[in-house]
Amino acid sequence: MQNIDNMPTFNLKINNETHTVEADMDTPLLWVLRDQIDLVGTKYGCGIGQCGACTVHVDGTATRSCLLQVSQAEGMNITTIEGLSEHGDHPVQQAWKEVDVPQCGYCQAGQIMTASAFLDKNPNPTETQIRNAMHGNICRCAAYNNIEEAVKVAAEKLS
Amino acid sequence: MATSKQMTFSRRSFLKSSALASGGMIIGFNLFNACKSDVKPSIDLSKLNYNDFNAFIKISPEGKVTIFAPNPEIGQGVKTSMPMLIAEELDVAWKDVYVVQGDLDTKNFTRQLAGGSQSIRLGWEPLRQTGATAKQMLVNAAAARWGVDASECNAKLGVITNANGETLGYGDVVSEAALLEVPENVTLKDSKDFTIIGQGKGNVDIDKIITGKPLFGLDYKEEGMLYATILRPPAFGQILDSFDAAAAKAIPGVIDVITIGEKAKAYIEDGPNSWTARFNDHEKVVVIANNTWNAIKGKKAIKATWKEESPLEDTALHDKKLNAILDGNTFSTMRSDGNVKKAFANADTVFERTYESPFLPHSCMEPMNFFASVTPDKVHLVGPTQTPAEAAKIVSKLLDRDIDDVHVEMTRMGGGFGRRLYNDFVCEAVEISNTIKKPVKMVSTREDDIATGIYRPAKKYRIAASLKEGEITGYHLKESNIDSNMYGLIPHFFPAGAIENYQVDTANYRSNISTGAWRAPYTNFLASAEQSFFDELAEEMGVDRIQLHMDLLDKAKNNPDPKIDYSPERLQGVLKLVVDKSNWGKAEEGVYQGLSVYYCHNTHVAEVADIVMENGLPLVKKVTCAVDCGVVVNPLGALNQIKGGIIDGIGHAMYSDFGFNNGIPQSNNFNTYQLIRMGQTPKVDVHFIESDMAPTGLGEPTLPPVGAAVANAIYKATGKRLRKQPYMSNMNVEETVLG
Ligand code: FES
Ligand code: FES
Repeated sequence: MQNIDNMPTFNLKINNETHTVEADMDTPLLWVLRDQIDLVGTKYGCGIGQCGACTVHVDGTATRSCLLQVSQAEGMNITTIEGLSEHGDHPVQQAWKEVDVPQCGYCQAGQIMTASAFLDKNPNPTETQIRNAMHGNICRCAAYNNIEEAVKVAAEKLS
Repeated sequence: MATSKQMTFSRRSFLKSSALASGGMIIGFNLFNACKSDVKPSIDLSKLNYNDFNAFIKISPEGKVTIFAPNPEIGQGVKTSMPMLIAEELDVAWKDVYVVQGDLDTKNFTRQLAGGSQSIRLGWEPLRQTGATAKQMLVNAAAARWGVDASECNAKLGVITNANGETLGYGDVVSEAALLEVPENVTLKDSKDFTIIGQGKGNVDIDKIITGKPLFGLDYKEEGMLYATILRPPAFGQILDSFDAAAAKAIPGVIDVITIGEKAKAYIEDGPNSWTARFNDHEKVVVIANNTWNAIKGKKAIKATWKEESPLEDTALHDKKLNAILDGNTFSTMRSDGNVKKAFANADTVFERTYESPFLPHSCMEPMNFFASVTPDKVHLVGPTQTPAEAAKIVSKLLDRDIDDVHVEMTRMGGGFGRRLYNDFVCEAVEISNTIKKPVKMVSTREDDIATGIYRPAKKYRIAASLKEGEITGYHLKESNIDSNMYGLIPHFFPAGAIENYQVDTANYRSNISTGAWRAPYTNFLASAEQSFFDELAEEMGVDRIQLHMDLLDKAKNNPDPKIDYSPERLQGVLKLVVDKSNWGKAEEGVYQGLSVYYCHNTHVAEVADIVMENGLPLVKKVTCAVDCGVVVNPLGALNQIKGGIIDGIGHAMYSDFGFNNGIPQSNNFNTYQLIRMGQTPKVDVHFIESDMAPTGLGEPTLPPVGAAVANAIYKATGKRLRKQPYMSNMNVEETVLG
């Protein structure tokens, strides 16, 4: 067993709480969230920024947590799916429920985080803008029609 | 005809009830089997006896109903639709129904398998009987309390009313009901009285999914649990020669590096073999770490050398082998009517085309993983598997332990598509825990998942039709496949029974690449091939595509053949409906339409794809789909599955390419292996045939036909017949190469 006492320490601001974690500098935020802080809503899908399952908000911007090293995340405001709203009732979450979007559900936290950051900046999107904004998030179950519909429903709620 | 058969089963004592220790009533039922005469459901909720029953309904003194649902969920919505059947007949408000995924800890469980779109079809009668029987017991208890005849009482939405207008809630009489005899003859509701079946009910896990609660296998944690990654050979055909773990062990957080494989090897000697190639790598290097990231880093730091155990295959070789099969005579015949040889000899013309498709990985969004804790008193397993009972069986054999020691707990699955039928990942987790004597979660990276998979094999179909005086006199389909062949009823699908001389032949090439079932096995490409062929054939014959199908189906109707597995009437029904709803033949300028109609997995489907050309490339804008799946139990869930199946089918038919170079998969992640994304998806417009026939599954049947609908539309737009998937990689293939 290796000595892990000399690991650097990081203070992370996640969902308005400060967490102190010990981790190697290069550890992606994704794994710190999942394995160390027990926030498993953020999902691992590809690890290379291709699928969007790991999307969180960093200072309000949708960010791939599999590509963000923990050392770069210090001092930033990080929001995960667990912190998107206190009671699970963010307009995007409501819309997801109304439309009954998920199939297996695995990609959906990432979809919701992408959609919510996008609508924050563009509350009145066109269909093409929605399709472009969501193009980076893969849904293997292909619940795309529902996702698109739910983003529209959420936009209505927000505007 | 299999589709219209009613489920028959002995209702005699297929369910039993007990009064719960904590108050209320528990009913255990054994779908598809009678219960042993001496068993009762456990009165302790934490110890439900799944060995004797495969599911339970609890009714609490507050009148709340909890259903311990037996079927794993892989995005097919069965966790919602199966309880709907119980709730309908029990007559409770859907908001008072809770669904809990039961632990699978069973030797008797018959249909715990989510696959084959069968769950809802097989559960249709028994689940409703269970609900109706429970309701009757509650009514009987209320009637006894009032001293009236049960026939004078009525139950609705959890409340029992007698002739005098007095009422009792289910909760009020549940303790008395629990002690009553189980009634033998209950009547089921007429479909026009359904209040829950046919109503859209959302996914029961929706709140957890949208708030990121732990649900999936990868989310599971236990005190003291370690994480493991596995280094497997980069090429199929290679095995481990040597390895150096020094650099890996120097990584902080890496706890140990071990090898596994010997036990699995012993097991496969008499095991199933379509996926054993994966186990044949004898020895695998495993990195154990304190978290996932360190386990991944450790794996990358292992220096390994590999040696060749069997030839390294590539796509060019597969192509050659598949062609040789088509040209050869190693076929076995799956069905033969009349005399195809003679029909072909007497024909005016023989029209022949060949269609081909590549290997495909499953790419479940949640990579393979499993938790195992092997201890002297039990083997505790937690994770996503489509076949939990099978997992328990394999593990008991692998470890040479009593099956009763093995406990499988199921999590929600981030996709299955057939990949989670194979419990290779369970065996790996078990071997690791058994070696290190600690609880451990085996985690695959996306690269492991794609590049060391159990693939849908590449295959080719050569189809020929003989024409005489404008009639189709013969039809001969040859399947050339890798490792396995079409099976069961597939050779009895359309056009079997519609063409006098008909023959289906199949043969395969054995590869050292692991292959297995993939969403809608065999039909997932067979439908594309056949429905493209009919489009070409109609053109060759100079007849209308719809008319050709209608006529063939009329022939099947007029010569009833008990062996065929589809209903010609129902296929005509969906065909007419799709023509009606898709604006067929009247598409606006710049929109090109293609049609496909198919029966598989007990469901009849017709689809029209509308495509446009954008920057010289086809884009599917809309798909109109007509479905006959009997009673639509949960329209919301049904729509999700239908739309998902269609878009999934388009994605794999158009974009997803996969092959091998010297045994090495050509892609291992989503940067090089393409899955369909939102910008490429059509709007799917779904229409159901109204029906009161038993419901049939929807997880699979809408996927197979859509490839042909797209190819046929692309032909109209470009004049190019695409016979090789994925279409977008093969747009420039010369027609002379094929056919
Ligand atoms: S896991 Fe981060 S983009 Fe896929
Ligand atoms: S719902 Fe399964 S991957 Fe999106």
